[in-house]
Amino acid sequence: MKGAVPALLICALLLVASVVAGGQNDKKSAKVEDVYAELGKAPEKARGRVNPLEKDAVAVAAGRLLFADHCAECHGENAEGGSGRKKGPSLRAAEVQNAAPGAIFWLLTNGVVRKGMPVWSRLPEPQRWALVRFIKSLGVAEGEPVPASRAAAKADKP
Amino acid sequence: MRCAWYFFVVFAAVCWSSLFVRPVAAQENPYFVTYDHYLEEPGNLEVECFSTYGTQRGGNNFHSFWTEFEYGATAWWTTEFYLDAQTTFHDSTVFTGFKWENRVRPLKREHWINPVLYVEYENTNGADKTLKEVVGHDGESDYLATNAEARREIAREMELKLLLSSTAKGWNFSENIITEKNLSNEPWEFGYALGVSRPLGLKAAAKRCNLCRQNIVAGLEMYGGLGDRHSFGLKDTSHYLAPAVAWNLPSGWTLRLSSGFGLNGNSHKLLMRWGVSREIEGFGDMVRRMFGGKP
Repeated sequence: MKGAVPALLICALLLVASVVAGGQNDKKSAKVEDVYAELGKAPEKARGRVNPLEKDAVAVAAGRLLFADHCAECHGENAEGGSGRKKGPSLRAAEVQNAAPGAIFWLLTNGVVRKGMPVWSRLPEPQRWALVRFIKSLGVAEGEPVPASRAAAKADKP
Repeated sequence: MRCAWYFFVVFAAVCWSSLFVRPVAAQENPYFVTYDHYLEEPGNLEVECFSTYGTQRGGNNFHSFWTEFEYGATAWWTTEFYLDAQTTFHDSTVFTGFKWENRVRPLKREHWINPVLYVEYENTNGADKTLKEVVGHDGESDYLATNAEARREIAREMELKLLLSSTAKGWNFSENIITEKNLSNEPWEFGYALGVSRPLGLKAAAKRCNLCRQNIVAGLEMYGGLGDRHSFGLKDTSHYLAPAVAWNLPSGWTLRLSSGFGLNGNSHKLLMRWGVSREIEGFGDMVRRMFGGKP
């Protein structure tokens, strides 16, 4: 009976640890959802803006360099999401890839300061538009859940 | 001895940042005195070494230097630690103190004018000649004392600033309203700093290049004192106009140069400033790993 007490304590500790760790994971995915949700907050006028570099032959290449310099640190080299504490969400998710270029430009300009994404208005407008061109050129990553399935997965959670 | 310690810390920081860490291409403005509303990226550390060569009428010219360790605690809060020192020619080299500053961005989104709140604690001695801000009735004659005399005076000061900044069509316009209080029963002193800057090119190049126009940012600063609580205004104050340029290299280094010209008889005739800085990616994670934490 005496030996059961430490075992129970260890079990309880493991349970608490797993709950805490699980909670952190939930928190992380909730944060990612929150960041994606910011795209939906772009005003109509901003969303409707057309990328002036849409037909620019070098915009994607320029955007790739800008991405490596300023974005890859958090969003990963391939824009599929960063790792570690500075984990930025995947930019190859359907939420981003299906968003209007104007909405992505708006998000770059304003950041999501309370959730860790800095404002990037310090980059001149043509550079932000080049980044938008590059991000949109990536397409949805294979295996990336579409928003509906993401929502369903969330609903399935107890 | 304290000065040797200063040089050791600076040398170690520069060696460490250049050899062992992954740099980030920076996009810095050319200002030395004025602040814009952009904060350090969260988790990144920027190590900056700056110096000022100042002319001194009726005394010896000086060369002051300071190192800044600027850390992005969050996307809305940047904290910074300074170590200051100076050499007065034909006199001596002395360590002049430290400063700790915090900048907080209260608004979530970008606006026409973006405010940032700035709070700084300074623990410096009277030999401090960084002229990082000019307030109250600061003037050239304040810097005539020898280092031995000046360092006997200890100044513990709080500095509060309201930083206002706007960016449009590549131009940045920054206005800083400065108040400073010596904690030993001195009156509040006031000052200002204004800055305007723009990259020479707005479009990004498709290839990495050192001399691309978008890597070079030119600007102009104006700063000076506005008297104190008992005598607010321009009387007996000093003012400077300083063209400045920053060169953001793809390797992660930023070089800055500025020549400030005194605008009245109370001002130093020339304040020549230069600086080098480097931003280090993931510094916060590195420290957490050192102490056994999760990145």
